Formats: sequence, structure tokens, C-alpha cells
Amino acid sequence: MRLAHHLAVASELIRGDCVEATEFPELAQRYSVMAVPKTVVNETVSFEGALPEPQFVDNVLRAVKGNGGSS
Amino acid sequence: MAILTERDRTAVTEELGKLPGPVKLVVFGQQLGPGSEYSVETERLVREVAECSDKVSVEIYNLHIDREKAAGYGIDRTPAIVVEGARDYGIRFFGIPAGYEFTNLIDGMQVAASGEPELSPETLERLRGLTERVHIQVFTTPT
Repeated sequence: MRLAHHLAVASELIRGDCVEATEFPELAQRYSVMAVPKTVVNETVSFEGALPEPQFVDNVLRAVKGNGGSS
Repeated sequence: MAILTERDRTAVTEELGKLPGPVKLVVFGQQLGPGSEYSVETERLVREVAECSDKVSVEIYNLHIDREKAAGYGIDRTPAIVVEGARDYGIRFFGIPAGYEFTNLIDGMQVAASGEPELSPETLERLRGLTERVHIQVFTTPT
């Protein structure tokens, strides 16, 4: 979670939401949250677990560049 | 009854004592309907945190009444907390930031106050290439 907020501060284009899954079951269901932390970026990229910073950023940029291209 | 224990307060006061600038916690809740108990708890928690530092201010809004304000912050569900520093950086919490998330709330306040993210130079360089909006949602549970 921490990374998402720090990225938000670093870029005006990024917003970082921390969502408590049990309080928002419909959202958790929409994004198939089975384990936490689960991160969803722009509805297109998602991953489970706490990734190291470079891999987390890879996923964030992948969401913008679309269909799985490397950053 | 207070949510934060005396020990929590001491720790939070110490952490927030290091805040390099002001922080505003903007809370959106609802008084009625399903889930409203979470709003009440969130509001209490945020007020207790704010009592630990004179650099922290709180604004409380009702999602259904203060619609323009909510739209301005992009808030469409409750409870929500916006953590603002010199500007709105895009730091949001949905749900009560309890347990481990409480640590993230304090961390979010610190980075909002400083405006200086703790990221590697490589990451900052890569972010400079961003041209589109990015919405990151991290789902957690209060463990």
C-alpha cells in the first residue's frame, strides 16, 4: 500500500486508493479479490502480493501501455 | 470510548511530531444506511489522530449532502479519507484504516506533509514518462 501512495505523491497523474476489502464486498468481488494485498491498476492490470518497487512500477506502467508490453 | 489506546496515542504523537508540514484529513461518511457504522468509527479515529498533532486538521463531509466536494475529490463511497498536504496528491483510504492499514495512514500523512516520496531515482525517472492517468487500488484486510 505504501508504494501506491508514494507513487501518487511522485506523479500528478497517479491516484492511490487503499481499499478495505471486507467493507466493500462488491468491489472485492468485481476484482476477484481472493488474497490480500491485491492491487488493481486502471482496471486492466492486477496482481497479488507485495511486490518490490521495480516490479510494482512495471505493473503500473504496463497498465498504461496496455496489453502486457514491458515498460 | 476511545479507539486509540494510551500507548497508541503516545506512538502516534511521536510519529506525527516529525511532520514537516501541515496535513489535512478530509473524511466522507454517511450517517444513515448500511455501512454507516464504519463512517462513525472512521470519523472518530481520524479525530483522535488529529488530536495528536497541531499540524493535522480535519474536515468531515457527508457524501450525500456535500456532493460537489465529494465529486471534486473523486469520492463515490464511504467511509473515505483523503490525505492532503500542500495539495491533493491523490492519497485515499476507503474503509476504516485499522490494524496494519493504520501504519499506512500515518505513513501517508508523512509523505503528504513532506511532498517527497521515498522512491528510487530509477522509479522517479520512469514516472516522468507517464502521460495518462493511473488509478491504483490496493485491496487489504484489517489484520
